[in-house]
Amino acid sequence: MPLLELKNVTKTFGGIVAVKDVSYYIKQDEIIGLIGPNGAGKTTIFNLITGVYKATEGNITFQDRDITDANPVSIVKNGIARTFQNIRLFNKLSVIENIRTVLYREADYNLGNALIRSSKVTRIEKKLYDKSLEYLEVVGLIDYINNRADSLPYGLQRKLEIARALALDPKLLLLDEPAAGMNPDECIDLVELIMKIKRTYNLTIMLIEHHMDVVMELCPRIVVINFGQVLMEGSKLDVQNDPRVLRAYLGEEYANA
Amino acid sequence: MDYIYGVMAVICIEIVATVGLSVFTGFTGLFSLGHAAFMAIGAYTSAILTYFYHVPFVLALLLGMVMAGLVSLILGFPTLRAKLRGDYFAIATLGFGEAVRVILENLSITQGARGLPGIKHFTTLPVAFIFAVLVVWLTKNFIWSKFGRNAIAVREDSVAAEMAGIDLFKVRMLSLVYSAMCGGLAGGLFAHYLNFIQPVMFTSILSTQLTSAVVAGGMGSITGPVLAIALFIAVPEVLRVANMWRLVAYGLILVLIMVFRPSGIMGYHELSFEWISKIFKKNTRNKAGGKGI
Repeated sequence: MPLLELKNVTKTFGGIVAVKDVSYYIKQDEIIGLIGPNGAGKTTIFNLITGVYKATEGNITFQDRDITDANPVSIVKNGIARTFQNIRLFNKLSVIENIRTVLYREADYNLGNALIRSSKVTRIEKKLYDKSLEYLEVVGLIDYINNRADSLPYGLQRKLEIARALALDPKLLLLDEPAAGMNPDECIDLVELIMKIKRTYNLTIMLIEHHMDVVMELCPRIVVINFGQVLMEGSKLDVQNDPRVLRAYLGEEYANA
Repeated sequence: MDYIYGVMAVICIEIVATVGLSVFTGFTGLFSLGHAAFMAIGAYTSAILTYFYHVPFVLALLLGMVMAGLVSLILGFPTLRAKLRGDYFAIATLGFGEAVRVILENLSITQGARGLPGIKHFTTLPVAFIFAVLVVWLTKNFIWSKFGRNAIAVREDSVAAEMAGIDLFKVRMLSLVYSAMCGGLAGGLFAHYLNFIQPVMFTSILSTQLTSAVVAGGMGSITGPVLAIALFIAVPEVLRVANMWRLVAYGLILVLIMVFRPSGIMGYHELSFEWISKIFKKNTRNKAGGKGI
């Protein structure tokens, strides 16, 4: 039984068909890669899964529940978290506040308590502070907790975004180009981090990435998207040797050569 | 002496409204050009209650706040649910502010444009001061709780906030109601300080003054807007001797702040001993470095 399944999902923006009749699935504990040329519709698929966009046609089911028309907040609560291609952090907040803000869904004090800052509030705030530290420890940001998020170097901002997604306690994690702009060393580091969080938190991961070495290292199964459609789906060996994939990436002449 | 006393009382009253608005504009990131309307609602509600119905002052203030809060729901439901973006929302609040003023001018209980004279004088300087301190303290607690942090998250990146499970509408609505209730309180205090109110006191000029105090004082700061509104009220008073230049000075302050500190006097910081000593250390270090070269 798949954890998440897309069935004939189509999304149009006016006359433009961004995603067309896409069907694929991801099983529990799997890690799959979503690859394809720029503008193929990969991020749009993420936006459809997380409820930012509503699918024009088709169904998306998560743990046997139809989430096609669910709103983003309830989808997060169901257990799908994501990161963004262009990093979106709470820039003016410190690193630790970025995580604690996400954990506030567990804070059960009310407005009256908050206004007079009762002992219950301080106790819960402290508890969530400590819990935030755990997530920062895992991604290796423990030395930066009081820095403002926008003062971190690029690579660390990506890690903070991953930590924030983890703090949502997801079952399925969607990573949108986590290695974008990273050098080969940082990529290796990132692959290790993704493996580690997958083990630690029992995650199922869907990954959009252009760094092929990262994809090949992490994903036993790959879905190739081109012009909004699923071009093919298979093991990494299948994908590497498929002439259609070469054609999509390199063009007609190179594929034949 | 009475004069200085009066200026200080007005500053305290306006601090209440400004700090409330800073929650909405400075921390939640939505601009309002109509918050004077909430002051008007608070002022009229409490004044009518004490004047016609002899309701005790503090109870009347509370009911004025509640009324302002309820009316803010009427503004908030259509605009915030539709997720109006920044400038569109500001225009909606501008229209709202004018609408409230026109309604007050045409109701019989408010005595229309003639205004309400003979309101009892309950707001002395100590009373105004106590309320100002109380509101600053409550607001600080609000900001340092999950409610305030969620508001900042929404301001910083609404898409990411939503993806982090934060309900944008609820957060924005709560900030609006909070700021409206502070405005209502300030209005109630104002009515019982001046002993006379009329609709023309609550035009968009007052709304603009509140919003510019928040922006010039610093987004994401409580102490900054407090300083700014005190400056905005005190400087024109000090310059009464040079009557002609008062408004020029007022404009000049705004321009200078925007040029030299675009994020406001205290943008994203709070005035505290810790902050002052940090600034001081940074400056001395820079000077020492300069000498070395």
